Amino acid sequence: MKLYCLSGHPTLPCNVLKFKSTTIMLDCGLDMTSTLNFLPLPLVQSPRLSNLPGWSLKDGNAFLDKELKECSGHVFVDSVPEFCLPETELIDLSTVDVILISNYHCMMALPYITEHTGFTGTVYATEPTVQIGRLLMEELVNFIERVPKAQSASLWKNKDIQRLLPSPLKDAVEVSTWRRCYTMQEVNSALSKIQLVGYSQKIELFGAVQVTPLSSGYALGSSNWIIQSHYEKVSYVSGSSLLTTHPQPMDQASLKNSDVLVLTGLTQIPTANPDGMVGEFCSNLALTVRNGGNVLVPCYPSGVIYDLLECLYQYIDSAGLSSVPLYFISPVANSSLEFSQIFAEWLCHNKQSKVYLPEPPFPHAELIQTNKLKHYPSIHGDFSNDFRQPCVVFTGHPSLRFGDVVHFMELWGKSSLNTVIFTEPDFSYLEALAPYQPLAMKCIYCPIDTRLNFIQVSKLLKEVQPLHVVCPEQYTQPPPAQSHRMDLMIDCQPPAMSYRRAEVLALPFKRRYEKIEIMPELADSLVPMEIKPGISLATVSAVLHTKDNKHLLQPPPRPAQPTSGKKRKRVSDDVPDCKVLKPLLSGSIPVEQFVQTLEKEAETLIQIEEDSTHIICDNDEMLRVRLRDLVLKFLQKF
Amino acid sequence: MDPECAQLLPALCAVLVDPRQPVADDTCLEKLLDWFKTVTEGESSVVLLQEHPCLVELLSHVLKVQDLSSGVLSFSLRLAGTFAAQENCFQYLQVRSTPSSPCRETPACLWPRRPVSSWCTSWLCPCEVEPRGSPACRGVTGPRVPRRSWITLKSPCAPRPPPSSPVFSSSDGSLWETVARALSCLGPTHMGPLALGILKLEHCPQALRTQAFQVLLQPLACVLKATVQAPGPPGLLDGTADDATTVDTLLASKSSCAGLLCRTLAHLEELQPLPQRPSPWPQASLLGATVTVLRLCDGSAAPASSVGGHLCGTLAGCVRVQRAALDFLGTLSQGTGPQELVTQALAVLLECLESPGSSPTVLKKAFQATLRWLLSSPKTPGCSDLGPLIPQFLRELFPVLQKRLCHPCWEVRDSALEFLTQLSRHWGGQADFRCALLASEVPQLALQLLQDPESYVRASAVTAMGQLSSQGLHAPTSPEHAEARQSLFLELLHILSVDSEGFPRRAVMQVFTEWLRDGHADAAQDTEQFVATVLQAASRDLDWEVRAQGLELALVFLGQTLGPPRTHCPYAVALPEVAPAQPLTEALRALCHVGLFDFAFCALFDCDRPVAQKSCDLLLFLRDKIASYSSLREARGSPNTASAEATLPRWRAGEQAQPPGDQEPEAVLAMLRSLDLEGLRSTLAESSDHVEKSPQSLLQDMLATGGFLQGDEADCY
Repeated sequence: MKLYCLSGHPTLPCNVLKFKSTTIMLDCGLDMTSTLNFLPLPLVQSPRLSNLPGWSLKDGNAFLDKELKECSGHVFVDSVPEFCLPETELIDLSTVDVILISNYHCMMALPYITEHTGFTGTVYATEPTVQIGRLLMEELVNFIERVPKAQSASLWKNKDIQRLLPSPLKDAVEVSTWRRCYTMQEVNSALSKIQLVGYSQKIELFGAVQVTPLSSGYALGSSNWIIQSHYEKVSYVSGSSLLTTHPQPMDQASLKNSDVLVLTGLTQIPTANPDGMVGEFCSNLALTVRNGGNVLVPCYPSGVIYDLLECLYQYIDSAGLSSVPLYFISPVANSSLEFSQIFAEWLCHNKQSKVYLPEPPFPHAELIQTNKLKHYPSIHGDFSNDFRQPCVVFTGHPSLRFGDVVHFMELWGKSSLNTVIFTEPDFSYLEALAPYQPLAMKCIYCPIDTRLNFIQVSKLLKEVQPLHVVCPEQYTQPPPAQSHRMDLMIDCQPPAMSYRRAEVLALPFKRRYEKIEIMPELADSLVPMEIKPGISLATVSAVLHTKDNKHLLQPPPRPAQPTSGKKRKRVSDDVPDCKVLKPLLSGSIPVEQFVQTLEKEAETLIQIEEDSTHIICDNDEMLRVRLRDLVLKFLQKF
Repeated sequence: MDPECAQLLPALCAVLVDPRQPVADDTCLEKLLDWFKTVTEGESSVVLLQEHPCLVELLSHVLKVQDLSSGVLSFSLRLAGTFAAQENCFQYLQVRSTPSSPCRETPACLWPRRPVSSWCTSWLCPCEVEPRGSPACRGVTGPRVPRRSWITLKSPCAPRPPPSSPVFSSSDGSLWETVARALSCLGPTHMGPLALGILKLEHCPQALRTQAFQVLLQPLACVLKATVQAPGPPGLLDGTADDATTVDTLLASKSSCAGLLCRTLAHLEELQPLPQRPSPWPQASLLGATVTVLRLCDGSAAPASSVGGHLCGTLAGCVRVQRAALDFLGTLSQGTGPQELVTQALAVLLECLESPGSSPTVLKKAFQATLRWLLSSPKTPGCSDLGPLIPQFLRELFPVLQKRLCHPCWEVRDSALEFLTQLSRHWGGQADFRCALLASEVPQLALQLLQDPESYVRASAVTAMGQLSSQGLHAPTSPEHAEARQSLFLELLHILSVDSEGFPRRAVMQVFTEWLRDGHADAAQDTEQFVATVLQAASRDLDWEVRAQGLELALVFLGQTLGPPRTHCPYAVALPEVAPAQPLTEALRALCHVGLFDFAFCALFDCDRPVAQKSCDLLLFLRDKIASYSSLREARGSPNTASAEATLPRWRAGEQAQPPGDQEPEAVLAMLRSLDLEGLRSTLAESSDHVEKSPQSLLQDMLATGGFLQGDEADCY
């Protein structure tokens, strides 16, 4: 059993598990932090961005000044943003049988895999995951396609040139594999390969293994996966949460008795408590708006935004802010708000029960009804007519490199009355802000990450007690900035096995058993003999029938009636001296005896040494080649 | 002891020693113990024991009984300690105890830690309440106690623990040696209370005190040692050997570590203000250790060893320890510390207040501790500024306070407002403070919170705004805020009239009373109109506390109109009577005009006892006051009580005169004289639950739980 690790990002995983005869890809995350190296794509022509000076080497050589621009001491690539794809060289991705998706954030690389690697398998995901994942992809494609950029920079990617660049460009990894965003056509084609599944549904893969999604409590439709055969169980835990937010709670009990537990997608901000951050978010929002400033919240169109809107629903009245408009701007804003209300069966109990009243499970319906929350596909059109300040704007993309947020950063950045509040934990807020410097607007960092923290992980592991834990290497040591916090790492016995990008891990357990069924009539014929109390043995003669990874013992065919002597097999006259080799049913080959037989039979000299085998046939080249090929063939099997 | 209780006592003792009888919960036993303490304060313990042999019987009998609940056992041991605190009683017990200790047969499992430690505390604690140098105290605890008496003291009240326990197994060695041995043998969890008990004693060998103090400091010393990079300030670490068991407890689990640190901090907090606390008191080290504990809790401490690293992980985010450390840090503000450590303490408090991760309960404690530090910060005498550290601190504090006033969690808004009130109450006159406050948005935010959806927050906002307004701090002095400065009274009056919850209305009444007392501009401008308006609003209120507060306000107004109440202390130097501001008839007319009599007489018939009581007091004061006026005789001529008598039924019905204030002063005076106010006062003084709260009722309840009262059984049929 092997695990191929294709992503270095612990919360955007992409691993391939080889288990029995199946090849299963676990998640398909897309690392978008690469876009932070690019200049923002402004929706409206920005003189500031278009007049940034080109970057030149220390010696004044300016051959890169078309590709690289300088802003407040940072260098950015002036080109269409590109993403860092999962590793495609480590394993032939056309051999992947299935892809299991755990949540909508972890499927963003799907079109790259399904459309460009020869992948012919099936993708499994829950319905909300697919629907919201589609929204996220649609938004991404829309953000990038609506600002066409002719220029594509590639010179800087040259290894010799990259070395001369300032950080962080100099240290960017695998830049040659960075790719532009996919198209909507590719998205549709990729999504058409998805088969919908429900929690606890058992899906048979070639009869060899069974996979089951379980609720993970992190997002609408988010799942952990159980991959099991009759005697082995692997749990894949990715992006789970034990907090009471909108999704169905996490199913922990089903993770028990795992041989291996692959653990990814823990909180990216282990020291921040989400409740405290929500408090911080509200306080800063109120203080800004009260002073006549605007609040900008760069966010994804689904997920935490539902909780933030719910929190504001309760808060704005108490803080006397009911008259302040909330705007949600995204090409998929409307669908996101509506989808959230229809996935009742995927919601937490509290919200589910509202559906029967009947009431919308999320209070943002009421915010929309009372005109407190308004949503628009973009800043163009209706929005510009309705726009009132001071206001609160939720919009994407959290990287601040594309989407409507770029416009608001340019618009509001100059005033210290305004505030940008970062709630998504995926991007470093300082790096995100770098191309907007100098900035007068206030910046508040309130990352809200509801995924498991290390205390919860330690409780979870105590509860489910897996034999082995496998996790990204980042989780096996404290964060670099807090090297003394030994509590901010996974602590379990035996110690967790760690992996990094482009690594292949042999999972530490051997398969010992295979389930074989016995046909009833064969079972009838068995005569068990008790060899010690409780243990009986019987000899079986049968035919092992294997099909679709199912093994069946059938009664042996009846011995053919001895008919005429004509058909009797000719008995060889020249029986060699040595003992005739009996076909082996178990145990190892008696090598010496075997070599002797061969030498006697074929007049060859076979020398077996520790690290080489010599086959010498004096006058039969054909035989030598045949024997050599045989040895080589066996060698390949190991 | 009253005869009713004395009659019930033997039965109760019988219930207590009978393991088959269920004993009511521990709180009953606590109440019983409290009652015994009161009784022994009032009369001699020996007499008590002589008159009630069942008590001695109880004390010696509990030891013979198997399967006795540890609660009863603990109670008996502490009761014995209470009696033994009087020397003659101690001797009495000594004589009465049986020579052969019955506890030898007692199974070991019966003696958990709890009775042992509670025995220690019960024995040590009563001594501490004895006056300094009392012979009784020395008699029991001092080294003059003969060795044998310790043993005999033990036999009636503290049985010999199982031989396997090294704590009390040795019968030789002096008293103090035994205590010292106990101190070194008990685990870190149990030795803390014993060490605290020893340190609270006034007469105790210095060596033992030193040992006890070291024991108490050990956990903090460990923390400091595990995190300190360079050798720290002397005092705490000196002489505290690495105690393996303490370190083990700290490292064993999160709960044991937090428990030990919380107890240690609480013990030290208790010890700090006592005169007999160890000297020199290691203020600097304690401050350093407490700051370190807080840093460990917020994850910012840098560990210096593997123990430190482990502590980092264990304590990070531990709210319980954080709260205990903040409490102790607040207490430490009462001592002086090096400037550098004070800066550190203020910094850690500010971080705690600022951190988004601080829970509401932690924030409350942090606000309290910050207040204590700010108020105890050294001030230059006669100078209006606040020393070098504070102005900078305030500049950083107010933005944090602003954020907290906008917090979605109401508890946080509430504690921020309370902090603001306290701080401006003490510092309202300080220029630095006024400057920093008015430069911030805090006053506007507090004003906004008058409309908070949570009633507690509204109440705190009322108090805060009242306080700020008293000191002219409720809005900036700039012209655009003129309206805000004026409208506060109306806004508060609006809350008093329409708020659906009692707390904000009570707070408004308190603010108005303060304003009247302090001559606040809004009250002083037209005092009669102010009082009339407020009393009218208060009289309609359904909340008795609002009405009671209305009487308080009326009393202040009376004092201002007729002169302050006379001092009741017979030894106080008699102050010359302040000449009343106006002649009596005019003053009375003013009282009538504001509707004070209406309000007070209505309140006299109030269905809520405290209101009636207060009104009774007010009217007595008034009658008293008027009697002292010479002009009263003028009015005695022809009392026309007709109109007042006509009003009486309406007052009884709780109605006010319409319009208020149409009574004639003379009529009211006559009414005042005709009422038996003293009689009313004594009737009201007896609370309706005085029967339920009596010790007799407690004893009956406990007996009833045991099904012991025969009479009740008959009721069942």
